[in-house]
Amino acid sequence: MLFFILKRIAGMIPAMLAISVLAFTVIQLPPGDYVSTYAAQIAQSGETVDSAVLNNLRERYGLGENVVVQYFKWMGGIVRGDFGQSFEWNQPVTDLIWGRMGMTALISVLTLVLMWAFSLPIGIYSAARQYSITDYLSTAFAFLAMATPNFLLAIVLLYITTMWFGVSVGGLFSPQFENAPWSLAKLWDFITHAWVPIFVLGTAGTASLIRIMRANLLDELHKPYVEAGRAKGLPEARLILSYPTRVALNPFISTVGWVLPALISGELIVSTVLNLPTAGPLLLQALKSQDMYLAGAFILLSGGLVLIGTLVSDVLLAISDPRIRLS
Amino acid sequence: MIDTATPILRVSNLSVDFPMHKSVLHAVKDVSFDLHRGETLCVVGESGSGKSVTARAILQLVAKPGEITAGSIHLATEAGEVDIVALGNRGSAIRQIRGRRIAMIFQEPMTSLSPVHTIGHQIIETILLHEKISKEEARIRAAALLDRVRIPNPDAALDRYSFEFSGGMRQRAMIAMALSCNPEILIADEPTTALDVTTQAEILSLIRELQRDRGMAVLFITHDMGVVAQIADRVMVMFRGEKVEEANVFDLFARPQQAYTRALLGSVLKLETPAPRPARPMAEKPIAEINDLALHFPLNPGFFGRPTAYLKAIDGVSLTINQGETVGVVGESGSGKTTLGRTLLRVYNPTGGQVHYWRGDGTSVDIASLGKAGMKSLYGEVRMVFQDPHSSLNPRMTIYQIISEPLRTNTDMSEHQMMDRVQELLTRVGLPADIGDRYPHAFSGGQRQRISIARAIAVRPRLIIADEPTSALDVSLRHQVLDLMRDLQSEFGLSYLFISHDISVIRYFCDRVAVMKNGKIVEIGDVAQICERPQHDYTRQLISAVPRPDPRLRADAPA
Amino acid sequence: MTLEAPLPHQDDDLLDRQLNAGQLQAAGQWTMVWNKFRKHKLAVVSLFVVALIYFVALLAEFLAPYDPGKFDPRYTYVPPQSIGWFVDDGAGGQSFQPHVIGFDIKLDPVSFRRIFTPDPTQVIPIGFFVPGQSYKMWGLFDMNLHFIGPLDPSQPFFLAGGDRLGRDLLSRTIHGTRISMSIGLVGVGLSLLIGMILGGISGYRGGMVDRVIQRVIEFIRSVPTIPLWLGLAAAMPKDWPPLQVYFAILIILSLIGWTEIARVVRGRFLSLRTDDFVIAARLDGVSEFRLIMRHMMPSLYSHIIAAITLAIPNMILAETSLSFLGLGLQPPIVSWGVLLQDTQNLRAITQAPWLFVPGACVVLAVLALNFLGDGVRDAADPYAK
Repeated sequence: MLFFILKRIAGMIPAMLAISVLAFTVIQLPPGDYVSTYAAQIAQSGETVDSAVLNNLRERYGLGENVVVQYFKWMGGIVRGDFGQSFEWNQPVTDLIWGRMGMTALISVLTLVLMWAFSLPIGIYSAARQYSITDYLSTAFAFLAMATPNFLLAIVLLYITTMWFGVSVGGLFSPQFENAPWSLAKLWDFITHAWVPIFVLGTAGTASLIRIMRANLLDELHKPYVEAGRAKGLPEARLILSYPTRVALNPFISTVGWVLPALISGELIVSTVLNLPTAGPLLLQALKSQDMYLAGAFILLSGGLVLIGTLVSDVLLAISDPRIRLS
Repeated sequence: MIDTATPILRVSNLSVDFPMHKSVLHAVKDVSFDLHRGETLCVVGESGSGKSVTARAILQLVAKPGEITAGSIHLATEAGEVDIVALGNRGSAIRQIRGRRIAMIFQEPMTSLSPVHTIGHQIIETILLHEKISKEEARIRAAALLDRVRIPNPDAALDRYSFEFSGGMRQRAMIAMALSCNPEILIADEPTTALDVTTQAEILSLIRELQRDRGMAVLFITHDMGVVAQIADRVMVMFRGEKVEEANVFDLFARPQQAYTRALLGSVLKLETPAPRPARPMAEKPIAEINDLALHFPLNPGFFGRPTAYLKAIDGVSLTINQGETVGVVGESGSGKTTLGRTLLRVYNPTGGQVHYWRGDGTSVDIASLGKAGMKSLYGEVRMVFQDPHSSLNPRMTIYQIISEPLRTNTDMSEHQMMDRVQELLTRVGLPADIGDRYPHAFSGGQRQRISIARAIAVRPRLIIADEPTSALDVSLRHQVLDLMRDLQSEFGLSYLFISHDISVIRYFCDRVAVMKNGKIVEIGDVAQICERPQHDYTRQLISAVPRPDPRLRADAPA
Repeated sequence: MTLEAPLPHQDDDLLDRQLNAGQLQAAGQWTMVWNKFRKHKLAVVSLFVVALIYFVALLAEFLAPYDPGKFDPRYTYVPPQSIGWFVDDGAGGQSFQPHVIGFDIKLDPVSFRRIFTPDPTQVIPIGFFVPGQSYKMWGLFDMNLHFIGPLDPSQPFFLAGGDRLGRDLLSRTIHGTRISMSIGLVGVGLSLLIGMILGGISGYRGGMVDRVIQRVIEFIRSVPTIPLWLGLAAAMPKDWPPLQVYFAILIILSLIGWTEIARVVRGRFLSLRTDDFVIAARLDGVSEFRLIMRHMMPSLYSHIIAAITLAIPNMILAETSLSFLGLGLQPPIVSWGVLLQDTQNLRAITQAPWLFVPGACVVLAVLALNFLGDGVRDAADPYAK
């Protein structure tokens, strides 16, 4: 098992490098280099530019040299924990991103867990009672949820709570807790706020997971081993839960590979609409002002988050499926 | 003392219907029979005869939308008779019977066991489901059961998964699971159909042995008259959902009463005697000479890495096919026989050896090293007929398009000429000439195989590689297709390389036969000699494992 | 490699029975697909809805009462009007006259909001096929005929309400339909091209090429799309003209959207390559080109159509999200996503909830396309059991 995990981690290295190249490409795409933009911005605000500082920055990112050297300088910095400088905030990217990225990860993982908690039983029930009222209802819900862009859902939710309940549901904390240390009261405050983004983020994914679980299980329900289990006298509910569901669970586990990227994508939009203190609004702002080191760091980190998620799902899959573990 | 006078199971007037889109399919129509303790009742029939549905009805396992619409199934218990039909398909009453009083084994050992649970888990679960004993006791009993079905190392085997076993071993595990609660009745639904013939012989003798030990009643579903002759005490013949005839096995084979039974036995027995063959010329002229042919597939190639091992699909095969001769290749799954056939036409490229082929004009080429253009010139005369008539015809093309395709690429006929030629070919293979604009899905398996043959003889056939052309067909159709191929042979002077796993078909159809195992030919010789006086151990084993459709050959046959 | 087990058996007198029953039709692939598709009622309904939406997209200029840019500050956030069919003819009876009711407008002195009160005395007669603002149909012909509009073009006519600048939301949504739906279609076309070529090569050639392409696809699918799209979109020079932005967005979306189509095409090619009927065709001496085009492709068409139908809604959602965030299409281009930018302002939507109309269009279009795609996918292989 340990060997299996190590092998998977080794397999992730090329993917991580590819993501870093991608992130770096995005950094490089806008015309003009970062220091010139920085200088132009300072000049615009009427301050004087110290050419020594600029040269220093040029040196640090190897801006005069070719792209490959720049890439390695950038990567070298990241390995040491230096993601570059955000010129808009005039702060190291590292200081800006970790806290918010942590919140993004927290919201995404919480959503993922809740999505599973809902979609699994509904999907199983829907398949086991194919063409029942519940099946039709869950199918109808699934299609509707998949067709609604989540920012729209967020706004509708905002609208409804504002119009009907007179409260606004934005943010993750009430003002008094925003900078307070964690406590039970803050946790409760977090829960009362976090359900909105989690609900908005999770709806579409839950819907597609229900569809996937239902389809997986329907494929399995007519396999001979199910009939064999029935023939030996297993009660129907126990039969379905312990045999075909176990098998159908395996492809379901591997959906983490694309659910997590989708969640991170969605989180970005939803957090912008709901104004959450996560990485989303920061990234959007960075992109709009072409603050590319910040943006690149975000793409890199979210890619890393996905890789870790995929690793976890691979390990879970190996635990659940002996065919993978033993081959 | 076992009470053999009163039946343990009485099925009366059973009917099962499947509502279809617009009509109702009567899968089982008014079938009645008894099953006694300690006897084996074989239910035999071709596809669509309702034999499997009957077996499933006994355990209330008929799949939706099927439904038992009439009749009763009375099971004798200590507390009197229970009507299984009245129990319904859910609830604890029927579950008390399933697995405990009546157990079942299935056709597909590959998929009848859960892939994600250990063998032990599945057997122990069954025991604990029906008996109040501890987990440890159940495990001991499970190990004893695996030992009983002759799975080596039973205790370790309990902790292994089904995909770690071969098909035969899985079927043994399945049998162990079925026997785990000492059922009074065992229903076996084609338990050996998916297995190789030598494995089949082992499983059959195992079932027979267990039945004698335990005095179980066995309801054995099969389509194979050879298997029937070997293990049945009594036989029930079914056709299109109805019971045709029921008799003692010896009586049935000796004196079949019904026309259908006679026809069925007739087509089986016809394959038992070799078909009359055209006389062979004294001086043989070879059409193809295979010389030390090899095909090795690399195993586990890494992303860049070199392969560490090779799968030797064909491992040094030498074989000569003479003009006008039919050479059979027989072997079990994995023997490389299909691969051999396909390599001869370069579907796979051989990794060694030669295939000398003499063309119609007397020149010879080496197929193994021939270039693309060279092969192209051969496609019109070296042809292939496939096993599965469903997948070998493109469902999206009409019969005319399918048969005319070789004419289009190998001749310069006009569209009009091709039309005439296709009609001629269809007539020749015994089909109506006007079906050219139909699609393959409108035809049955036998008809599709005829279409396949028409395609094979379209241009100027000389050598036809027939890869199990009858294996997918019901037994009553096999000799019809073989007889057609025989007629075409005389008419065109064809040579055949005939690949099959079925010794009886080979004996019926071939002049010489090569026995393959693990990519090698172990023995080659005249059909009569191989079948009657096999020299090699493996051939002997193979021949003796084939169940002969004659119950008089059994050890327990009355004098 | 060998199949030892006998395959399911058949009935040899099937032909006789069919001939007798007169059932033997020469049903081709598309007939079979259609027959199977027809059973999926929801998909059939969706087919009509999708056709209708594309019809609207095609005839946007004609169907919209106004040009999407026409504004009138008097009608900021004017509520939707509804059509009445009869008016009092002054003699106590009713006469047929389609119309809408005008407004009495007051300016709230505190909030500076306009307060619209329907005034039943202001009957604004409307008509069908009426002349109105002139436009260039498909950029080609000068026309001024509109499907619906007020008889007097200076009168207010807002069936779906007005926006911040007093523009007609109905007209804007109709024009947005053209952009959003065409982004979906053209973007998928581009994805299709990339996906077919790479998926086809991957599945047909196999081996090393296949492994490399598979890795690339896996990688692309593991990248969170929105940040990447945003990154690429943000890198676009801000001074590009709208049309160039439109195509740039198209390319960005399809660079990522091709993977699903490639996966489908590869999977089909991979299994087709070893199908007996393809081997049979090869052994008939058929050329490589004919083998692919004539023997393999027909089995692929319906699967490709299904993949396309299911890819379009994703494109639409992606464009909408991107534009909504302000990094996709920019005004003056009107797409559903651009229109939905207005909903970011909570005060605006509490005052004018009809700003959600383009959102409803997105949901409807995506829903219909998903149902349609599901139906086509289920019907795609009519020969499977």
